[in-house]
Amino acid sequence: MAVTVNGVEHVREVEPRLLLVHLLRDELGLTGTHWGCDTSNCGACTVWMDGVPVKSCTVLAAMAHGREVRTVEGLETPFGLDQVQVSFMACHGLQCGFCTPGMLMTARWLLDRNPDPSEAEVREAIAGQTCRCTGYENIVRAVRHAAAAEREQAS
Amino acid sequence: MQVPAHFEYERATSLEHAVALLTRYGPEARVVAGGHSLIPMMKLRLAQPEVLVDLNDLTELAGIRIEGDELRIGALTRHAELLGSAVAGEHYPILHDAERVIADPVVRNRGTVGGSVCQADPSEDLSGVFTALRATAVIQGADGPRRVPMRQFFTGPYETAVGPAEVLVELRVPLRPGGGSAYVKVDRRAGDWAVAAAAAALWLRPGPGGTPVVADAGSGSPPSAPGTSRPPRPRSTCAAAPPTRSRSPRRARSPRSTAGPSPTSAGRSTTSATSPAS
Repeated sequence: MAVTVNGVEHVREVEPRLLLVHLLRDELGLTGTHWGCDTSNCGACTVWMDGVPVKSCTVLAAMAHGREVRTVEGLETPFGLDQVQVSFMACHGLQCGFCTPGMLMTARWLLDRNPDPSEAEVREAIAGQTCRCTGYENIVRAVRHAAAAEREQAS
Repeated sequence: MQVPAHFEYERATSLEHAVALLTRYGPEARVVAGGHSLIPMMKLRLAQPEVLVDLNDLTELAGIRIEGDELRIGALTRHAELLGSAVAGEHYPILHDAERVIADPVVRNRGTVGGSVCQADPSEDLSGVFTALRATAVIQGADGPRRVPMRQFFTGPYETAVGPAEVLVELRVPLRPGGGSAYVKVDRRAGDWAVAAAAAALWLRPGPGGTPVVADAGSGSPPSAPGTSRPPRPRSTCAAAPPTRSRSPRRARSPRSTAGPSPTSAGRSTTSATSPAS
């Protein structure tokens, strides 16, 4: 199979039963994507496939053949961290950090589609991501902080 | 670590190719689209297909459109697309009612309408919705397409009319004037499976003296057990009668219940598995 991850094409021979999360972590060494509940509930494994967030514990690696995957490692650019990463740090949007890769990927997707989300819209967007540390308050704050910063940069 | 048992993987390049693959591999082959029901079941060995036929490249099976007097929803349409479809919500708000409470946004990006219906999980949301709307399933086999009304589509939990060498192509919902519809689900946690659920649709037409009367009514609930996947027929009890509170789908929201949800969920919504018109 051939898959493009964060702009780099990788060719691997994989078992059909290999899950995308394990391809990313074990074969490609991209351990930023976390492997959590294994039941598509917790969202820690969320990556983008063809521009859309999906839970990579419930996608076969073979299904990603010919597709473009973006992981948390693909958020950073040569010019620095993505604004959502900066805002999660600024607002303490994480404690243990386990859910953070999934949160960041979903947050980035939300802000690309909605540059000024309400608190309710942020909470709806991350409804498929479980955080057991923060109580979500600082995560919601971080996403809206990133939104405000990006709107300011754009103006 | 939860990993499925060994299987072979094939990616279909056309509908005909998918049917040919299913025919070649026999009843131990399964189609996979979003995979959000099948892959978890394979991890748990509740399902152990020998071959998976991946339909994700069949873009002709995706999308929502109006053709003639039907709303046609492709089997490969993602839940997120149905939830975001203005045309679907305009004609049948029940579709958005149900999609809004299916899992979570990221799962809805991947899971498909056809996959949910074909899984026929006893707690699944869309089965009752399409039954209430009197939809028709278009199923493709080696001999061409055939149509099955949703009332005959579910033969029991996890069982449908789709044969081993067939693929669900689309769901066709008749568009009729004067319609209203709603879906109510009782669940314990955000994005959870339903403890109980009810779908209802009602169509009105002008009656004597201009008073609207009920032209037709449909109801549906998830395919829970053999013999119970077909809800009672409300048509016989309220057709041609003026719509009153006791005959409206909103009745499904009233606190009367035979399904007996837990007291903790009673504050959110309480549904009855019986006919909304009874």
